[in-house]
Amino acid sequence: MTLKLPIYMDYQATTPVDERVVDAMLPYLRENFGNAASRSHSFGWQAEEAVERAREEVGKLIGAAGKEIVWTSGATESDNLAIKGVAEFYKDRGNHIVTVVTEHKAVLDACKRLEKHGFVVTYLPVDGDGRVNPAAVAAALNDKTILVSVMLVNNEIGTVNPVAEIGEVVKAHGAFFHIDAVQGVGKIPFDVNASHADLVSLSAHKMYGPKGVGALYVRRKPRVRITPIIDGGGHERGMRSGTLNVPGIVGFAKAAELCRLEMAEEGRRVLGLRERLRKGIEAAVPNTTVNGSLQHRLPGNLNISFAFVEGEAMMMALKDVAVSSGSACTSASLEPSYVLRALGVGEEMAHSSIRFGLGRFTTEEEVDYVVDLVAGKVKRLRDMSPLWELVQSGVDPRSIQWSSH
Amino acid sequence: MAYSDKVIDHYENPRNVGSLDPAEPDVGTALVGAPACGDVMRLQIKVRKDGVIEDAKFKTFGCGSAIASSSLATEWIKGMTIDQAMTVKNTQIVKELSLPPVKIHCSVLAEDAIKGAIADYRKKQEHVPESAAYAQGGS
Repeated sequence: MTLKLPIYMDYQATTPVDERVVDAMLPYLRENFGNAASRSHSFGWQAEEAVERAREEVGKLIGAAGKEIVWTSGATESDNLAIKGVAEFYKDRGNHIVTVVTEHKAVLDACKRLEKHGFVVTYLPVDGDGRVNPAAVAAALNDKTILVSVMLVNNEIGTVNPVAEIGEVVKAHGAFFHIDAVQGVGKIPFDVNASHADLVSLSAHKMYGPKGVGALYVRRKPRVRITPIIDGGGHERGMRSGTLNVPGIVGFAKAAELCRLEMAEEGRRVLGLRERLRKGIEAAVPNTTVNGSLQHRLPGNLNISFAFVEGEAMMMALKDVAVSSGSACTSASLEPSYVLRALGVGEEMAHSSIRFGLGRFTTEEEVDYVVDLVAGKVKRLRDMSPLWELVQSGVDPRSIQWSSH
Repeated sequence: MAYSDKVIDHYENPRNVGSLDPAEPDVGTALVGAPACGDVMRLQIKVRKDGVIEDAKFKTFGCGSAIASSSLATEWIKGMTIDQAMTVKNTQIVKELSLPPVKIHCSVLAEDAIKGAIADYRKKQEHVPESAAYAQGGS
């Protein structure tokens, strides 16, 4: 098989839509175009039936009932709805929220917004592996705590949090537990009951479904209430108004079904490819560091720092491979990745990080090609790097008094 | 982020990558930037008795724009007198490479590196105590 360039290795950013998902969606873009809220004719009934079937299917993937699934436009909306929705509804019970410094911006910025409205937020640190310690969660809880929000899998470093243990702690305290499970669901086993989750954010496009559709799981037993953040026609039992994205929802359900059926085998295969990539790079390139726990990690994630090589220059060198970097140069803020910094990774190593995201359509040939390419390009950039020259001549760059700019 | 053709050209075919012996009296060296900021440039010049820069070398840890800025800087100052090289402005580099606003600091670093290398060379010529192998520039 000939290799097709460019190679996509950014599966944590988004995933390609599976052909089987596209096939499932097409009828709902063509003949079955009805509005699921139309109660007076067959177009509406067909759409509603498809949406309800989809609810069951997406619920099944996470051990939930269909009635506990609220459709949204994606994970950012789900995170906002969960956090702001609980905060607003239960504000008379307390004003304290606990989350983690490595959460996605959709969670962190929703919490920051609430801080402006009188809420107090504790941002827990992570350990050097990038994981949250359940004991730290327990220690942060107080009698004003109404919500704890912790992600299942980190989007940058792929580390898996001990959500079941954290859920136990939160449940025992009587607060609500929200999990941003976007990066993990469909790739690793996840169950809302095993993790004691009250609210769970999901996104279709991270699991081979279409963009623009997501869901929020909202527990019914015992019932969790949320105040909507979008007002209107009272869709989704009043929790999220707006005409449903029927083709997107149907595609989401097909994607969920495929993940449910193929997850175990796919997980093993992707893990094998990830390890082939990691071992290949580590054998060919000295002075590399994997960021985040290898043991508790998404199969398809490798976040690795190449010392003395800057991440954006590296991405430029890998122009036929789609990857991302924690380097400041890739963001408008000029700050290196806050996630890597939270792990205690030095700024210079954060600047040198590359995230490889592997998934359903990654091949062995692609991995081998990338290993060779990376090895060659790192060598070229190190030959051009004054820091590498210092190290080769026995000078530790950290011993130099650098000027900042 | 889209790069200009000139940035890509300098990145793919950098001019004057390498090292000069920093201990030589006719060599000026600057090491500017910081690893924590994501860019470090070392720029070196070899100056003839008549003040003309006969050779320039660089090594850069940084993004494509930082590599291109330092590559361009060495290309420009080769053949200039050190007085002429002192007048090279970062804005000229920005213009030549079509750098976007977030990359302007790369050009500033290149200007600092030129000035730093010249300062190091001049210091050596004044027979002040030998500078360290790697002199410090910076802004």
